[in-house]
Amino acid sequence: MANANDVAAAKTGAHIEARYSIGHLIVYITLVALALFFLLPFIWQVLTSFKTLLDTERTIWPSVWVPRNYLKVFEQIRFGRYFFNSIFVALWVTTLQVTTSSFAAFAFSRLKWPGRDKVFLLYLATMMIPPVVLMIPNFWIIMRLGLYNSYAGLIVPAAFSAFGTFLLRQFMMTIPSSLDEAATIDGATEWQVFTDIILPLARPGIIVLSIFTFMGNYRSFFWPLILIKDDALRTLPIGLMYFDSVYGQQINLLMAGSVMSIVPLVIVFVIFQRQIISGIQIGAVKG
Amino acid sequence: MAEIVLTKVKKVYPGDVLAVRDIDLKINDKEFVVLVGPSGCGKSTILRMVAGLEEITAGTIEIENRVVNNIAPKNRDIAMVFQDYALYPHMTVRKNIAFGLKLRKYAREEIEKRVQEAGRILGISELLDRKPRALSGGQRQRVAVGRAIVRHPKAFLFDEPLSNLDARLRTEMRAELKRLHGRLQTTTIYVTHDQEEAMTLGDRIVVLKDGIIHQVGTPLEIYFQPVDRFVGGFVGTPPMNFLNGKLVAENGGVMFDEGTVKLVLPQNKHTAVEDMVGKDAVLGVRPETMHVADSAHSENIMPVHVDVSEPLGENTDLYVSTASNKSVVARVESHPGLEMGKDIKLAVDMEAAHVFEVGADAKNRTVEHSRFAS
Repeated sequence: MANANDVAAAKTGAHIEARYSIGHLIVYITLVALALFFLLPFIWQVLTSFKTLLDTERTIWPSVWVPRNYLKVFEQIRFGRYFFNSIFVALWVTTLQVTTSSFAAFAFSRLKWPGRDKVFLLYLATMMIPPVVLMIPNFWIIMRLGLYNSYAGLIVPAAFSAFGTFLLRQFMMTIPSSLDEAATIDGATEWQVFTDIILPLARPGIIVLSIFTFMGNYRSFFWPLILIKDDALRTLPIGLMYFDSVYGQQINLLMAGSVMSIVPLVIVFVIFQRQIISGIQIGAVKG
Repeated sequence: MAEIVLTKVKKVYPGDVLAVRDIDLKINDKEFVVLVGPSGCGKSTILRMVAGLEEITAGTIEIENRVVNNIAPKNRDIAMVFQDYALYPHMTVRKNIAFGLKLRKYAREEIEKRVQEAGRILGISELLDRKPRALSGGQRQRVAVGRAIVRHPKAFLFDEPLSNLDARLRTEMRAELKRLHGRLQTTTIYVTHDQEEAMTLGDRIVVLKDGIIHQVGTPLEIYFQPVDRFVGGFVGTPPMNFLNGKLVAENGGVMFDEGTVKLVLPQNKHTAVEDMVGKDAVLGVRPETMHVADSAHSENIMPVHVDVSEPLGENTDLYVSTASNKSVVARVESHPGLEMGKDIKLAVDMEAAHVFEVGADAKNRTVEHSRFAS
């Protein structure tokens, strides 16, 4: 009898394990299919960048591989200049935005002042306004400030961010208040609490915000499009539009330029993969 | 070294939450005073007000004859050890300890000398280059203390510093803190909810409840002369037993009539309870003032039934029911025959018993006549 029970138990166990494995298999297959699905545009982009213009409309796989497309991009547009502009603007925006956001986040998370939380709500409310709505007022302000068609016009409006403040505030809220108190008793001023204690501890949050800001700004399209007139000030997304103009579309060169333009983003992603994922979790879990 | 004086100190939090009510307290120079009480009694609030981390709603706090109400924490020259240690996670132990000195612009050699000295005193010299996450709870605790002592402040403030440690480490650290105080002789305010910690550490203990000081005294005064039922019940393990009954005059004496037994009050307590005769009263009996009755005992005998027996070695804790079905704890000398389910007789030492008025925090009428009364 005991043996029969053991056999039955073993069968049930095997059954559960089998079902568990099948479940897993389905999940994996679905995930792999999804991953491939999201990869498709990139694969298409890379393949297209090696095609002749004729091939772009006819085949998926290039009939002739044309690596020279990449050189042609440099010949036809000032790719290096645009690349520099994009990096220059994105780095400035990142530096300024992280600085202002960390100041604001410190004020919203660690300092006590009347109406603090109400002001923060107001701050958050600005995130609900679609950016397109702000385009014209922003453009008007920048014009009046005399920053039209300048680096400053690209940088200044993006130097402050409610999202960045929110992200860092949430992060700073997780730092125990006893640390500031200990530092205060140790003799630290508010500024020293900020620079010596909170800022070093908020480093993961700051890295995440830096990555998000850099990536977001580097690929920014609409604002540079309406603000910049001079070719020398154009950023990459605008510069690449040369290949898609009223005079014709050179999709293969456009893709070659795009592939080169995403290289910095890929590098940033590969290096900071862990921080990016934990950053997504800051918003999702701790928020 | 400093004297700390609190005069009519009050703290009201937003929403009219009264945390501390008109506290008057004087902490002498070099004294180790423990604030003890249940959660929400205001003990941490008092400590934080002394530290300058909380504003004072009313009253004054003086440290070394200087009113510090409006003085920033860093200028009060005090050091505080927090419950969660509050070590800076991104700094090594050395930097943690040196942080306060660095901010106060001490010379590098002086900082190093003091860090080494603190390390030696606390036995953490070999840990100086580690980060806090690589330390055990006890080691973190030492670093936190190191950070406090290195500045040679006027006073130390401890906010439940041992509550995150396991029982054994807690006992060890307790002894160490006491040794350290003996060595440094710095005025200390120590907050805890653990009455045992309070008893073992304090020169004086301040017992608080609902923002009010119930009693200030030496550990033995608090234990043997509790001024009210709250203090009597809060201090001591197992806690004091409270028996409801009535005081009656009989045979020229005063007795406590519990309903099923009558216990004779000693002569020296009569005057204190004179006006309560014929009225309801509560008798407070510490578990260790009850003994298993033998032929030597002729009065104040209480027949009980042993519900649970917990042998602790030399002593045994007996959880018993009286004839009136009241639960009582007695700590008696261990010997055979105290097993669960037995019916035994307990002799109550009425010299050590207290008579309280009726009510939750009712006064101890016999406090002047308790053991150790001056």
